Amino acid sequence: MGVGSALPEHVVTNDMLSGFLDTSDEWITTRTGIKERRVVTTETLAELSATAAKRALAMAGIEAAQLSYILCATTSADYAIPSLACQVQQMLGASCPAMDVNAACTGFLYALDMADALFARDPNARVLVIGAEAMSRLVEWNDRSTAVLFGDGAGALVLGPGSDLKSMLVTAAGDPDPLYARHANGNSPYAVKRERAPLRMDGHAVYRFAVPTIVRDVSAAIARAGMTEDDIDAVLLHQANLRIVDAAAQRLNIPRDKFKTNIQSRGNTSAASIPILMDELQREGHLPQGSVLALAAFGGGLTTGACVLAWGVS
Amino acid sequence: MASFEKVAQIIAEHRDIPQDNIKPETSFQELGLDSLDTVELVMSVEEAFGITIEMTGDLKTVQDVVNVIDAA
Repeated sequence: MGVGSALPEHVVTNDMLSGFLDTSDEWITTRTGIKERRVVTTETLAELSATAAKRALAMAGIEAAQLSYILCATTSADYAIPSLACQVQQMLGASCPAMDVNAACTGFLYALDMADALFARDPNARVLVIGAEAMSRLVEWNDRSTAVLFGDGAGALVLGPGSDLKSMLVTAAGDPDPLYARHANGNSPYAVKRERAPLRMDGHAVYRFAVPTIVRDVSAAIARAGMTEDDIDAVLLHQANLRIVDAAAQRLNIPRDKFKTNIQSRGNTSAASIPILMDELQREGHLPQGSVLALAAFGGGLTTGACVLAWGVS
Repeated sequence: MASFEKVAQIIAEHRDIPQDNIKPETSFQELGLDSLDTVELVMSVEEAFGITIEMTGDLKTVQDVVNVIDAA
């Protein structure tokens, strides 16, 4: 029904990073496709999420009071308690239940899956699904192999009654080693310290996991929707690395120009990447009403998700 | 087909270069392959040979990959 997004003001270019990390614009660009990313300074994640949500509600033409549920996909909320969803609920003046979903970079797909379940219970529901991350809080800024990858931002989608969701699948295969970000440790006097780096990613392992998984999940989501690759108008993959998008595109029988990207200017915004991309495409006029979209994400967990939907905003 | 010829063929197709340019001692760096290209190559080799290759820093030349295949 409606889509919206919000980004922090502060732009961090590759050249700015090479000022304090042993890296370069050329290295980052060729290996990731990223030129710049947005990073929070004074903004809270709740403010960005609420702004994205207000834009989505305005497009949908409904009031916050009409919402049945708020789901926030995030791993980097302002607080451990309360949830980001409850902060957003307050800022919007909504009164419905609200909670966060953590499935790392796949969080937005998981939240859509939960929303689908809510519609099974109440076909007339109106669900606000947000993907929001301040990855800059989790990143180890001295680690050039990961610090260059991530960005911050929020995207929101308002879902209403209908049958636009054509298929949905999510998976999990528990294994923290390829990709993890440590939780805040607190100061319990009883805790026995187990030192691990704040955030670590085995880029090669993630690449080897991600590329075949995207191909498998997108193909399965298209088949479950009773469609073929020719029916897909646009593919919105989690924006983790342009090389992963290119490798997946090569293996799927869908033209490369249907694979939409904004990682060049947004970086990897984890659970927020797909809804931000959706909003930017919508506002640039690239998603005509009724377009058939394939979405797919992968991330820590390891988790994956994919769906096919018909784009219907008003 | 010997492992080397098959690997050389995969690299030649992937990089769009003549297969004759690829010798066993050719390094991935000489071929302009960065680390993610090497991952791509390993994935293609796994598929072609039906094997699983452990990624270590030791894969630097075409022969290194051939050795792993022949040991599998």
